[in-house]
Amino acid sequence: MGYKAPIEAYTGSVREITIGKEKKSLKIGGENILPFHSFDEGSNPNPAKFALEILDMEPQDWPEHLTQPFKDVIADPVKWAKRCEELGADAVFLRLVSTDPAVKDSSADGAAAMAKKVAEAINIPLIIYGSGDDKKDAEVLPKVAEACDGMNLLIGPVQKENYEIVGRALLEHGHNASALSPLDINLLKEINVKLCKFFPGEKIVIDPESAALGYGMEYSFSLMERVKQIGIITKDNMTMMPIIADLGGECWKTKQAKENKEQGLLWEGMTALSLLLAGANILVLRHPETLKLIKETIEAR
Amino acid sequence: MPIAGSGIVKMLPGRKPCKDCGFPTCFAFAMKLASGGVTVDKCPYLSEEVKDKLLDALAPPIKLVTVGSGENAVKIGNEEVVYRHEKTFVHSPAITLRISDKEDNARVEEKIKKIKELQFPWVGVNLKADLLALHFESGNKDRFLALTKKVNDATDVGVVLISEDMDALFAARDICADRHPLIYPITKENIEEALPRIKANLTPVGLRGKNIEELIPLTTRLKDAGIEELVLDPGSKNVLEGIRDQTFIRRAALKQGFRPLGYPTIAFPCFLAKDGLKEMIAGSAFINKWASIIVFSDFDQYSLLPLLVHRLNIYTDPRFPMAVEEKYYEVGEPDESSPVLVTSNWALTYFLVSSAVEATKVPAYICVKEAEGLGVLTAWAAGKFSGDSVGTFVKKCGIEDKVKHRKIIIPGKVARIKGELEDALDLKWEVIIGPRETTGIGAFLPGFAKQLKG
Repeated sequence: MGYKAPIEAYTGSVREITIGKEKKSLKIGGENILPFHSFDEGSNPNPAKFALEILDMEPQDWPEHLTQPFKDVIADPVKWAKRCEELGADAVFLRLVSTDPAVKDSSADGAAAMAKKVAEAINIPLIIYGSGDDKKDAEVLPKVAEACDGMNLLIGPVQKENYEIVGRALLEHGHNASALSPLDINLLKEINVKLCKFFPGEKIVIDPESAALGYGMEYSFSLMERVKQIGIITKDNMTMMPIIADLGGECWKTKQAKENKEQGLLWEGMTALSLLLAGANILVLRHPETLKLIKETIEAR
Repeated sequence: MPIAGSGIVKMLPGRKPCKDCGFPTCFAFAMKLASGGVTVDKCPYLSEEVKDKLLDALAPPIKLVTVGSGENAVKIGNEEVVYRHEKTFVHSPAITLRISDKEDNARVEEKIKKIKELQFPWVGVNLKADLLALHFESGNKDRFLALTKKVNDATDVGVVLISEDMDALFAARDICADRHPLIYPITKENIEEALPRIKANLTPVGLRGKNIEELIPLTTRLKDAGIEELVLDPGSKNVLEGIRDQTFIRRAALKQGFRPLGYPTIAFPCFLAKDGLKEMIAGSAFINKWASIIVFSDFDQYSLLPLLVHRLNIYTDPRFPMAVEEKYYEVGEPDESSPVLVTSNWALTYFLVSSAVEATKVPAYICVKEAEGLGVLTAWAAGKFSGDSVGTFVKKCGIEDKVKHRKIIIPGKVARIKGELEDALDLKWEVIIGPRETTGIGAFLPGFAKQLKG
């Protein structure tokens, strides 16, 4: 029996999504092969992208080895965002953590103004996430969408509790939606189905929740791998969207990442590479050195 | 690609029901063979030739290989799926530390110490690296043999012997042959010279090709010579090539049933990346992508732990939820007025709750109730998290001696067990309904703790 390289070909393809406008834009998705399978039939026109995360307030619980690259700018989100751009990020990810009722409960209007300022200050696209509190996000995200009208940003998390109000605002002001569901393929499809009733599937990004290494990473890994395969191999329309892996925050929350810099970089880096191998199209990281490590690893020839 | 019962039955003698195998028909016997429930020798009427063919067809698609001996023996291979969500990965890869014979004595001692002493407890399991790889680079054969002897005397871990020089390779093998070392690399250039020497003292053999195609005649040649404990190195030069080669080998073995590639693989991040962290990251990719032995040039406690946790995650059986032990856990340094929370023992639930509690910086007790590794709501639905059973657990877990107050927080999702739980606790405890999601703990716990101290 002779050997024939087991090359595979599939019929599904991930929708290609543009975040941002003109020069300040990037594309994710569009692939009809599994992650890093450039040897199979098909292609991935848009290799995975990397965003660096900033907060709208000075972080309270970040270890020194994480704040170090930003320590002179960390109190000013605009400067912090520019620093991320200089450090090679493809996009900036702004988390409006101060709006969380449990944090500062800061106002939606203030958050919206801040988001706009950051978006205008940088030459790379902006991704904006609310605090994750679904009620507060339902106030904050529509204001953010309005303030950044027409900028075609990626905004989330859109959740089952607030998808109508947030989704409609994103649609009205021309943005992409990041749809969050808690580590479950059925809930993931459910939110996409609901959203797709009035929101174009071509502007939805899947956020299946990214758990950190040692804290459920295997669930995120296998879920993303399945979502990607169900989309590309079996052509399920509700999973053929690009995937965002919002993992930096989860990783740097862990005791292990806080304890030691090297361990922290590997905690974030191994989680990131795993989710990249599983099929994430854009990754949200916190440490610029992790970004460099991952890029150099996958670009090594 | 395991052979089906219908394929096997064609190879059986088909004598009118002799039932000598213990089954009513050849077909029934064949079906049982295919599922692995019976062995081929139960049929007394098979020719040697057919028997060999059958044994071959029934062998697992990826050969099981053992490196090392005794309780440090590492089993690799025998995998059944390409993707872990299809079933599970079985034999986790051997994390291997390379020692070059060019390294000085202090370095050698340090690495021997690392392989013995770097161990980490992690949710009920003990994580550690597995093998040492001894690399002949000095050009001085005696030096390599001295290293081999030293490692053999100082440890009982399994070893991989790496030497381009065949004399050195086999001499080192003879020093530690009872350890069942993997000898590497056997290539198309040296295979004929090496073959009789491999046979003289059989241990697992690592094959290196410039590419996958080059490995095929090598595995075929060795198998014909009766040598089957083989490990493959397809010569990948970077992580992307590694993904390609590992994918092709795994697909060929499992999807095409292509026997010449049905062996576990070895990967060398130590030769792919120079920088320490990059080497660990590259190595982690080979954990996801099926390498069975992964060789590193060095690690320390901070770089090894993430790698071992990564391996544990990827090789956890997705069909069985990971569970943590039933008991109360302390977060921070709680005292007699610290909050008490109760949750179920799905590892992920526990992790989420404990990290959310930790983030609040409020010292607390988390009582983890055994619930077959289910999440809280599922556990309640399955009757494993009823008020009665949670009450029984709270009484016997010892938390009553740890705190003076009598307030216990339950997950908001099972608010309905409040009454039953208070009854089960003889109305001595007040049951507080906590947040529905762990994300709500940050907003809830600090205020509640203040009240308790109050």
